[in-house]
Amino acid sequence: MDVKEILANLSEGTGVSGYEHGIADYLEQNCPWADEIRRDKLGNLIMVKRARPAAEQPSRPKVMLAAHMDEIGLIVTKIEDEGFLRFSAVGGIDQRVLLAQEVIVHGKAELPGVIGAKPPHVQAPAERNEAVPMEDLYIDVGYDSKEQLADLVNVGDLATINRKVVRLAGSLMAGKAMDDRAGVAVMLECLKALANMNHIADVYAVATVQEEVGVRGATTSTFGIVPDIGIALDVGHGDMPSVPEHLTISLGNGPGIALGPHVHPNLHKRLVQIAKDWNISYTLEPATRPGGTDAFAIQITQAGIPTALLSIPLRYMHTPVETLNYEDVRKTARLLAQFISELDQEFVEGLKCF
Amino acid sequence: MLLKRLTEACGGPGQEDEVRNLIRGEVKDLVDQVTTDALGNLITVKNGTKAGPKVMIAAHMDEVALMIMSIEKSGLLKFNPIGGIDPRVLVAKTVVVGKNRVPGVIGSKPIHLQRPEERKKPLAIEELYIDIGASKKDEAERMVNIGDLAYFTTEFAAIGPDKFKGKALDDRVGCAMLIDILKDTYQFPLYGAFTVQEEVGLRGAGTAAYQVQPDLALVLEGTTASDVPETPKHQHATSVGKGPCLTVMDSSVIPDPRLVAKLMQLAQQHNIPVQYRRSTSGGTDAGKIQQSRAGVPVAVIALPCRYIHSPAAIASQTDYDHAVKLVKVFLRSLEEEGGF
Repeated sequence: MDVKEILANLSEGTGVSGYEHGIADYLEQNCPWADEIRRDKLGNLIMVKRARPAAEQPSRPKVMLAAHMDEIGLIVTKIEDEGFLRFSAVGGIDQRVLLAQEVIVHGKAELPGVIGAKPPHVQAPAERNEAVPMEDLYIDVGYDSKEQLADLVNVGDLATINRKVVRLAGSLMAGKAMDDRAGVAVMLECLKALANMNHIADVYAVATVQEEVGVRGATTSTFGIVPDIGIALDVGHGDMPSVPEHLTISLGNGPGIALGPHVHPNLHKRLVQIAKDWNISYTLEPATRPGGTDAFAIQITQAGIPTALLSIPLRYMHTPVETLNYEDVRKTARLLAQFISELDQEFVEGLKCF
Repeated sequence: MLLKRLTEACGGPGQEDEVRNLIRGEVKDLVDQVTTDALGNLITVKNGTKAGPKVMIAAHMDEVALMIMSIEKSGLLKFNPIGGIDPRVLVAKTVVVGKNRVPGVIGSKPIHLQRPEERKKPLAIEELYIDIGASKKDEAERMVNIGDLAYFTTEFAAIGPDKFKGKALDDRVGCAMLIDILKDTYQFPLYGAFTVQEEVGLRGAGTAAYQVQPDLALVLEGTTASDVPETPKHQHATSVGKGPCLTVMDSSVIPDPRLVAKLMQLAQQHNIPVQYRRSTSGGTDAGKIQQSRAGVPVAVIALPCRYIHSPAAIASQTDYDHAVKLVKVFLRSLEEEGGF
């Protein structure tokens, strides 16, 4: 399967925070490059690829890759007498992107639905100048009463956007949940590349859970692995109108290589050097604060983990039309595989010496 | 399925070609004659030379869409709605642009980079654009043209036990009903008018009625249903699942009261659930047909549709079947009684 197909499958899959098992199952079936695959108690999927060649290494360094497989979504909070479903957001959702979206409610059956609101012609003029607040939106699943839905939907059931991936011009693709299935795709591409490369490290590629509600899966999975190096793979804001250029990284220009307090300076330098050595385009992505990615949790696990962050440029983040360039996924994976392949014991030990 | 093909076809005002061709293929063996006029109306004739009241049934082919107004240096497309679209329904949707159906998305600024108060303010048309993935103006120019129309990409499908969802239910449901009606044989001259440009001011219906010169006309429409939360019951213009709607008055027309009464009486007589449209706003082709030449008695039979003029509207299959049945019962009564 090529990267486009993997991305489309992952984007169209379902895995709202806390309910990522569908994505985990998919990965388990589609990652032949791992020597071992296991899940931890929160549901993180850990794909282990051991050092190659397998000859005895005195002490193999552990490199952990983390990309979160959860997506933002909706959760049913009330079923109205007339069969309309009220909901809250799981993760950060701009209420303005929800109106007139098609969704799938994951109840006992999968129910297609449409997010509706009071029609504009019965709204007061002032209401028309306001965004419809999330509490006034509802999901219309085409049923006429609460009774009809009794065996189909419960409060607490989840809903996701019903969106097929759209291929745009060039190498651009749009869909839901590219944040952060794109990072998951990078891990798969990286493991695939490493199948033909030598590396002294054992690689733990972790598809983490519950990032969108507070980087929770990365917290426990890092504790379980205690890696020598942790690299988070997430999405970064792509170039788009209405957003200042200095806050974005350009689509098609390879990964953003993060720098700032959340990134170990030597890891940053090494990633930049390797990108230069192998002619992989990249953008420097400075951040003044440890941001909301798995790198935040990895860095402060146990006695501290040297951590880096690579960002795949993504437009319209947290909307149902997240747009990326799949060549960026390839480039990020290539950089990552080269980095892992060139790791040596001395460099790893040096990470603790300031 | 006919409704699926009709709603998934693309045809905005003035660019109804795809819908017209689809309908032409469907009706050519059902009628004696198919013609088009200077605006693009498709007019079908059954029994053109027979005696009896000349009846015209109209449904409009066009749908609301977005017109590409300019191609930016960045390769992004700026647009304006053609027909009435609430800008709030456009955010974060997928579209296809032009005859070649170039895929695009309507993006918006990520929540992470917004101030909280921004989320309360709707995005205006001027702030929206279509991203087709082109990185430069000339790249975009090779894919789309100024004046192309962009359409929603909703797939038609069943939803719930008795409903369906799709784009352009206004007024492909009317087109589908008219085609279903044309499948029967009648003893009087019956003209089907599949009209153009309803959404920009009932432009096609007037010229169609002028040519046909009907003795009476029915308009088949998809109309707004507001039987939804946050809407007080007295503002429920129509309700989905409660039967087809008869219009008493809207901003374009006061239908002939004798026709409305006849339709209501027939509905009761044949146990067809029916409701009045309980709103006086909105307009239909009936407004233009009524004032054609020296005047034409008209009535509107409308199918209640939630979320009309948005990417995904919802209507009831039972309502649809009842609407077709009501029209057929009415046409039979004309045969039996020679008039209404």
